[in-house]
Order: sequence, then structure tokens, then C-alpha cells
Amino acid sequence: MTVTPDWYMTLAAVLFLIGTIGLLLRNNALMMFMSVELMLNAVNLTFVTAGGAVGNLDGQMAVFFVLVVAAAEVAVGLAIIVSVFRSRSTATVDDLAELKG
Amino acid sequence: MVELILFVVLSTVVIGGALSMILGRNPVYAAMGMLATLFGLAVIYVIQLAHFVAVVQVIVYAGAVMTLFLFVIMFIGVDKAQSLDEGLAWQRPAVLGVVAAILAMVGGLVLSGRWEWITADRVALSGQVIEIPVPPNGTIESIGESLINRWLLPFEATAVLLIIASVGAIVLAFYRPRRLQSVGDDAE
Repeated sequence: MTVTPDWYMTLAAVLFLIGTIGLLLRNNALMMFMSVELMLNAVNLTFVTAGGAVGNLDGQMAVFFVLVVAAAEVAVGLAIIVSVFRSRSTATVDDLAELKG
Repeated sequence: MVELILFVVLSTVVIGGALSMILGRNPVYAAMGMLATLFGLAVIYVIQLAHFVAVVQVIVYAGAVMTLFLFVIMFIGVDKAQSLDEGLAWQRPAVLGVVAAILAMVGGLVLSGRWEWITADRVALSGQVIEIPVPPNGTIESIGESLINRWLLPFEATAVLLIIASVGAIVLAFYRPRRLQSVGDDAE
């Protein structure tokens, strides 16, 4: 039994689904953020797999750029979480309801 | 056969790590689960000949990003291990509904014989026998050549993006309005 690209695609789909569930299920901003990272990783796996299946390098280049954007996003996002925690002493998104009408 | 064994072991590690991440009460354990997922994915990239991507995955994701996450978790406080019922009364059933809808969609695809819409199996999609291309060998040399020749403008744009992001992070971390500054000084 050989491992074909669709096995990896299925694994990526499962991983993306788990990330979606985590994003919807948790209300700690850090955990939601980690779930988003999980979804980004699932997409990276599909990029590498699809690039290998069509036989060119562009899939891996896309992963490279996604990695750069994810790193930038993590730096800014965690800084926002820290500064919210400083002024509110909470990292729970439900407590940030000042704009609620 | 070797690849099959590797796939089974690695997908177990990856999915187990992901599940322990979203279900972990302690944020540090959740970060460790995420770390297992990232390392498993790096090995999967090596299997698929994406060597450079695997190395970058370990250095950037497992090294830098998770360290940053752990720093922030420590900063915010690990002693507040959260119970999993976080006061989300009606949202939990709603999540189950969304997941059930996605699974029903996938099940419908499988039942109607359209599984290749998800897996993107090109042989099944085109309906004819096509030759399977050789997977590219993602060495540093080939990636670098492609980066400088074909993807030069996006590559330069990432430099700008990284500078903006690091400046933004520093500003968010250090800037405080004067009114809050005195309060913060008292607290410290």
C-alpha cells in the first residue's frame, strides 16, 4: 500500500478541522491564536503536497511566504494580547465587551 | 512500506498533538501539544523532499514562534488553569452543529463518489491516466534560485513586512499613555 498525496491532503483537512474547532471552542485569546496557527500549518501541508504532486517548486515557495506572514502575525498579535492584558488583566475575549451596544 | 509506517506514526503524533492542544486545560501543555504537531509536520515535509521548508519549520515555528507563545503564557500566568466550560453556554452546541455540518458535507462527497474534490487526486479529477511528475527536490540551492529569480518582488516585500511587524510589536509593548504610565509605575 503506497502513500499517495491524497493521504496527506486528508491529514491536512483533519488538521484544519481541529484548528477550526479549537478556534470556536476556546475563549482564551492565546488558545484561539494557537488554533489559527494550527490552521495555517494545515494549509502549509496542502501547499507542499500539491506542489509535489504537480512537480514544481512553487508550493514550497508559497509555504515560505506563509511562514513569514505567520511570524509577523504572531509578533504583532502577541504584543496586542500582552498590552490588553496589561490594561485589563484578562486574556479572555468575552471580557472585552466595551464596544457592545 | 516504510512510508506507510512513517505516515501512520506521524499522523498519530500530529493529530494527537493538535487534539491535546485544543483540549488542554493548562496553556503550557497546550503549547507542548502544538510543538509535537509542528515537529511531526517537519518530518512529513522531509518525507516529501521539502528539506528547506522542514528546516525553516523547525527553526521559525518550533523555535521562535512557540518560544514567543511560551513567554506570553508565562507572562500572563500559568496558574490560572482553566476549566473547559468557560462560560460558553450556547456556543458549545453551535460548534458541534458547525462540525456536524462540515462532516455531513464530507460524507456527502464520499457517498456521491467525489472524494477527489477534497484530496485533489489529479488522476481521478481528469478522468484519464496522466503521468505522475517527479516531486521537486526542495534543497536550499533550488529554493534560493527560485526565490531570487522568480519571486524577487515578494521576497523584498516580506522584508518590509517583517520590519513593520517588529516595529509594531515594539511600539505595542513599550508605548503607554502618560495617564497609564504612572499607574503602571505604582504597580511595579
